[in-house]
Order: sequence, then structure tokens, then C-alpha cells
Amino acid sequence: MQLSSPGAMMSDTFPSAPVLELRGISKRFPGVVALDDVAFDLRAGEVHVLVGENGAGKSTLVKILSGIYQPDAGEILLDGKPITLPDPHAAQQLGISTVHQELNLVPQLDVGRNMFLGREPLRGAGVIDWPALYRGASTQLAALGMSFDPHTQVRGLGVALQQMTEIAKALVAKARVLILDEPTAAITMEETDQLFRIVTALRDQGAAIIFISHHLDDATRIGDRVTVLRDGQLVATLPMASTTQRELIRLMVGRELTQQFPERPHEPGPVALKVTGLSRQGILHDISFDVRRGEILGIAGLVGAGRTEVARAIFGIDRIDRGQIEIHGRAARIDSPGEAIRLRMALLPEDRKQQGLVLPLSVADNIAMAAPDKLPSPPGLVPPVRRARAADRFIQALRIRTPSSRQRVVNLSGGNQQKVVLAKWLLTEADIFFFDEPTRGIDVGAKVEVYHLMNELLARGAAIVMISSELPEVLGMSDRILVMREGRIVSELDGRSATQESVMTLAAAAEEDVA
Amino acid sequence: MSAPAEMGEAESIVASPAAGRLPFRGIKLGTISQTLGPLASLIILSLLIWSQQDVFMSSGNWLNIARQASFNAILGIGMTFVILTGGIDLSVGSMVAVSSVLGGLLIFNQGWSMWPVVLAMILAGGLCGLANGLIITLGRIPPFIVTLGTMQVFRGIALQLTNGQPIFDITKVEPNFDIWGTRNFAGIPSPVIITAVVFVIGFLILRYTRLGLYTYSIGGNEQATRFSGVNINRYKLSVYTLMGLAAGIAGVMLTSRLNSAQPSVASGAELDAIAAVVIGGTSLFGGEGTIVGTIIGALLMAVIRNGLTLMHVTAFYQQIVIGAVIILAVLVDRLRRGASS
Repeated sequence: MQLSSPGAMMSDTFPSAPVLELRGISKRFPGVVALDDVAFDLRAGEVHVLVGENGAGKSTLVKILSGIYQPDAGEILLDGKPITLPDPHAAQQLGISTVHQELNLVPQLDVGRNMFLGREPLRGAGVIDWPALYRGASTQLAALGMSFDPHTQVRGLGVALQQMTEIAKALVAKARVLILDEPTAAITMEETDQLFRIVTALRDQGAAIIFISHHLDDATRIGDRVTVLRDGQLVATLPMASTTQRELIRLMVGRELTQQFPERPHEPGPVALKVTGLSRQGILHDISFDVRRGEILGIAGLVGAGRTEVARAIFGIDRIDRGQIEIHGRAARIDSPGEAIRLRMALLPEDRKQQGLVLPLSVADNIAMAAPDKLPSPPGLVPPVRRARAADRFIQALRIRTPSSRQRVVNLSGGNQQKVVLAKWLLTEADIFFFDEPTRGIDVGAKVEVYHLMNELLARGAAIVMISSELPEVLGMSDRILVMREGRIVSELDGRSATQESVMTLAAAAEEDVA
Repeated sequence: MSAPAEMGEAESIVASPAAGRLPFRGIKLGTISQTLGPLASLIILSLLIWSQQDVFMSSGNWLNIARQASFNAILGIGMTFVILTGGIDLSVGSMVAVSSVLGGLLIFNQGWSMWPVVLAMILAGGLCGLANGLIITLGRIPPFIVTLGTMQVFRGIALQLTNGQPIFDITKVEPNFDIWGTRNFAGIPSPVIITAVVFVIGFLILRYTRLGLYTYSIGGNEQATRFSGVNINRYKLSVYTLMGLAAGIAGVMLTSRLNSAQPSVASGAELDAIAAVVIGGTSLFGGEGTIVGTIIGALLMAVIRNGLTLMHVTAFYQQIVIGAVIILAVLVDRLRRGASS
């Protein structure tokens, strides 16, 4: 998909002087060079996209620009003058605002108070002028084309609206340079469209915007220029109009990825999991499907359609009100994840860091966690040596890039973390896998590895249910696709004949069409 | 079932497009260094005190320090388990009192002989801990609040059992009861030996058992642990029960040492235990820490008290110093982490 934006032409024809310029920026951490002599420039009125695999140095660059890290070498120029950014506050004072992936709002406060946090209009002597604050907030939100009330509690807002609040907050801080770190990672396509309208409007008003994304679709759609980082080094800076996604991938990984979705022989076996009439009050309605050995059943749908809830209910995390589950032809009652694991099911949750891993623990401990009884040791015991030996086997087999099994998983990249989660479930000898957003937040190269691993599982007779918000992934990997909407399965499509359009139409259709 | 059990060693599952890349960013210092900070403080402080007071370094004084540290160390070991799960137990001092008073009553009023009494005292602590665990898990109430409540309840029970009166001179009825607190064996004070045994058991549990693994993982990320099929409640119950058993053992030790059962004994012991754990480098958020660190923390506190006493510093000043050390320990830990990330 190649959508060129009109802005791309504009910035080519009217190149302006850079607002922000980085020269020879280097940053080292113990054992790794995160940034190596990187140059970067940002002009007013452009969206400059930053792409690269995990570990390429994007986050480090952002953290330097937002005053969280200090560069070891190089200089930063704002309007041609050298500046230093000793802390986040200094960056904001200079008009550089960052909307981080993990949003920084106070959930207990409302939108208006969050927007003006630390910049409240005063009546003098520390007394806050509340009417002025909410007037200002309303004006700012309206300028962004947002119509919601600044008195709304942030806690109750979805990710997308929280993001808008952050952007509005940056505008209150009079940001000239706006850095958006993975803004589309956790929002729906519709919300992405709205975000892009706002970003485009801000750009046209002269803002300089750095946009970081894993989604090349998004990158090519919104960007005027693109900078590719690889292993901490600058690979290229190009006008977006003169490049393609294929070329960007090649630049990011250093070689061509010929097959993003690997082929596999298609020969599904007997039914492994059969679900009939699964219901949960107000959340899931009459969910029925089956999945066979050797097959991937994709579940598509918008965020909130109930896809994750299906997996959670079957896995015994959430109670179910009605419905039957059959595993390999035998009726099963599953009231806890422990029971699901005994039935050889595995769940790779969507939120890897919150639900899949214990970040401060080692690779070995994480792998051993779900199946200590599978380690060769007396009951109740899990000797560290056995944990390490089991972990080493998977580190090798899954090519988990870690210095040792004792490394804490918090230090691994997203793709390698996902492999640790997978290793945990392989140790349980599971044969029915739920992959919930299996490649969220991981880089292109690691994605392909995950796809290969899924195929490997299929070849060994596993059944896979894959929940994904990335349509190319659903279409590329699934044998059959269930489309969910509002807690119901609205359609089942054949994986080979389905298209992005057919899936999206079903997923997003208006309520009246259902009847 | 032909399960896709494990990936074979030699099998090339996927041609890795990014092989040879640097595998990770930011190496954290290993777990050994977690205890290096407190250990260094212990050594430096000891040398400092030694330079002022020669007698400090005598083996007799060190045995004294170890004995003084042992009560706090045993509670600290139990507390380490609790804190590793991300919990807290404020009721340990009261549990010690329950154990102590029960022991006194069984000896004086029921005429039980020593071994059953000791067993009963330890189990009484365990029961208190189990009660804490049951309320925390079944009631889904934060441990801070539950144990804040049971701290009062257990203390009240101890006071009610004896009408608030202490029971003196236990060795009059049970002459051998002093073996748990006052006597030496092979030149080593019995409390030090008991602490060593408790330490070894605690260490082995943390390192080699499922309970140990899940103690860390529940504190590190309870949700992910639950999603891995672990029965969280069962392991939390075990941890609070272990804490209670440790309090029971401490109760035996203290009753023997004081040669009396006092319902008001060990008030504030929970804070000393928490301090030892924190000084030892265990995170109050759970998931990170060691009982080796806790032992060092307990020793550090005993060294400060002992050293200051030798230097004729009043108990009031000692309290100020201990308090400052707790804050300093956490501050140093924070700076160290900050420097490495």
C-alpha cells in the first residue's frame, strides 16, 4: 500500500531551514553502542518518520531528544544554536514535547487539568484560575477537532483519546517539535485516521513532527521524509515519495525479506478444540467454532470486539456463563489457567510485559514458570541448574538472543521476549495455542521468525488460534478467519479468498446491517 | 497424543535475518551485586567502629553481635518471603507475643513438657500467619491493611490470655528451656545456631523449590504468574504461614532468652524486620531481593547498636542513626540502579 501525502511534495519543493539538528550523536550503554555518530534534521512543517527494528536506536534517540538520556558525543542544535537537554523539563521549556508510548497522564485528574499540569493559569499567589484553565482546554481541544469535554476523567478514556490529550498537552506547552513514539501501536484504524488528520493539520500549521512507527503502512502514509536506523547507525534519510515499503524493509533489516508470510503445506488434521455456545454476560454471545490440528484460525475484529475475551474465557481466566468446550473430542471444564495447561493449552497474551512475562526474573525462571513439573526433578523442586538447562535448549532452538539464561527478560528486545513466552509454553508441551497479537511491538525481522515458529508448531500437529489487529497478518497466516463484532462471531471467511476490505467491512459494519 | 513438545536441539527453525546483531541493550549488574552494597557498608562500618574501639573486633563481641542480630534475622527471613511477593506483614511482633504467652501458659498452667511446648509455640505462629494469608487471599484485602488489623488482634489475644500479666521464671518449672536463647553450644550462642538453620531452610526454599520460584514471580508480576497456571492463593498462603512459623521460632527464642513470657514483648519488631529486609536490598515492590541481603541487613543493624553502645552513645542517638541508615541504604541502592541504567 503506497499512499503518498500531498505534504511530501510540499517539503520537497520548499525545503526550509532545519528547526532541530543532531550532529554526530553517539550513546553507549554497558556492552552495546545504542547510537553511533547519528545525524538527523527536522524542518518546520514536516512529518519526519523514524523507522528501524527494535534495538536500532529509535528509542534512545527519542530519549536523548526528550532529555531523559545524555548523549556521549555530538551536538544538538535548535534553530542553529547548540543546546543541551539535561532533563525532560528543559526539553519542554525549549518547545520539544514527546508523547511517549507509555502515556504520562494522571488518571485520577480530568482532561483539562492534565493538559495544564504544571502550567495552570494563575490568579496570582498560587491560586489557580479554573475557568480560564477549562476555557483554554476547550479552545485547544476544539483546535484539534476534538469535541470532548475537558472535565472528562482521563481514567475513563480509551488509549486514542488519552493520546489526543497528550498531544493537546504538548500544544499547551507551546511545543514546536512534537515527537510521537509509536502512536498507532495501540489504537484502531479509525482512530489512526483521526490521529493522522490532527498530525497533518499541525504540520500544515508549521509544527515539526517526529513520528516513530513499526507500521510501515502508517509511516509511508503520514511521513514527508523518513530516516532509517539500523544497529544504532544512520542508514538513510529519504523523501517518503521516493521510496517504497519494500525498500524501507530492506534498509531496516539489511537484506530483502522475500517472504513475509511463509508458505506451508495445508493439511489440517482432526478437530483439537471445539467451542459451542460460549457466552459471558454482556461480553460474549454464543461463540461457536472449532480449530483443527495443523491449522491457524485467525480471529479478526476491532479493538473491543471480544476477541481477547474469547481466549481468556476458554483459558479459564474469566468465568463463563454458558457454553461447552471440547478438547480432542472430550468435554472439558476449565475454571483456571492451571486446568487449561493440564489440557495442554497455551495462551500468549496480547500484553507481553504485563501478562506474559515476569520482567525482573531471568529468562530461565520465566521459561520454567508454567511447567515446573516438566523439568526432570523431584516433585516440588525446580533446581536452578535444571531451569538453566531447559532454558538453554530453547534459547538455541528458538534463537533467543540473550547472553545467557540468567539474563533478566526486561533487558531483551520485544521479539526475543515473545520467544521467551513461547518457550514457556513449549515446555508445557501444549498443543493448542492462543496467540493474542503475536507480533505487536516487535520488529519486522522478528515477526517473520514468529511466523516461522507458528508454522513449525503446525507441522508438529498443534492447533493455533491467532488473534490479531494487523490485517495483513491475519490474511497472510490464517487458514480460516473468524470476524468478531460486539462479542459475536459475525462471519467465517476462507483465509485464501478473504481480503482486507471484506474483513474490515464485516468487523466495522453498522449495527442495523447485522439483522 | 503426538505433541509438538520441544524443539530439537540441532533443528534450524528459522533462518534468522538479524543474527549477529547485538542481542540486548543495557546490561544490569548481576544479583550478586545486589548484596555487595550492604556488605560493603557492613565492612566499612565495622572497620570504623574498630578504629575507635579495639574490643569491637574480639570474637566474643562478634558472637554477641550475632546473637543480638539473630532474633531480627529470623523475622527478617520470613519477612523477605512476604516482601518478595509484594506483600508486607505488620503483625509479626504480635505473633511473637502470642507464641511467647502460649508457651508460658502451657508450661505453667498445663504442665506440658518442653518439646511439645516448643512445637506448639512455633505452630501458634504458623496459625497466625495462616490466618493472615487466608484473609488476604480470600478477602482480597491488601496485606498492609489485613496485618495492620491482625497486629492489634494478635496483641489483644496475647494480653487477654494472661490478663496483661507477664509470666516470669519459666526455667523454674522447665529448667531446660534456656537452651533456646541463653546457652552456647560449641562456643556458639544457640540463637545463632537456630538462625543459621532457619537461614539454610529459607535459602533452599527460595532457590530450589516451586514455592521459591513463585515467591519471586508473584512479586515480579502477579498477573503473568496467574496466567502461567500458578495457583497464586496457595503460594501466598504458604508465604504468610512461613512468616508465622518464623515468628513462632523467634517467640521460642525470645521467651527462652528473657526467661519469661510477656504479652507486650516484641512490639515494633515488625519494623526492625522490614528494615533488615530493605537494608539488605530487597525491593518493597517485590520480585527482587535475597535473604543473604536480609542477614547482612540484620547484622548491620546489630553492629550499629553494638558499636554505638561500646562508644557510649545513648540509645536515643542509636535510634537516630539506625533510622538514617535505613534511608541511606535505599538511597545508595537507588543511585546504584540509576547509574547502571
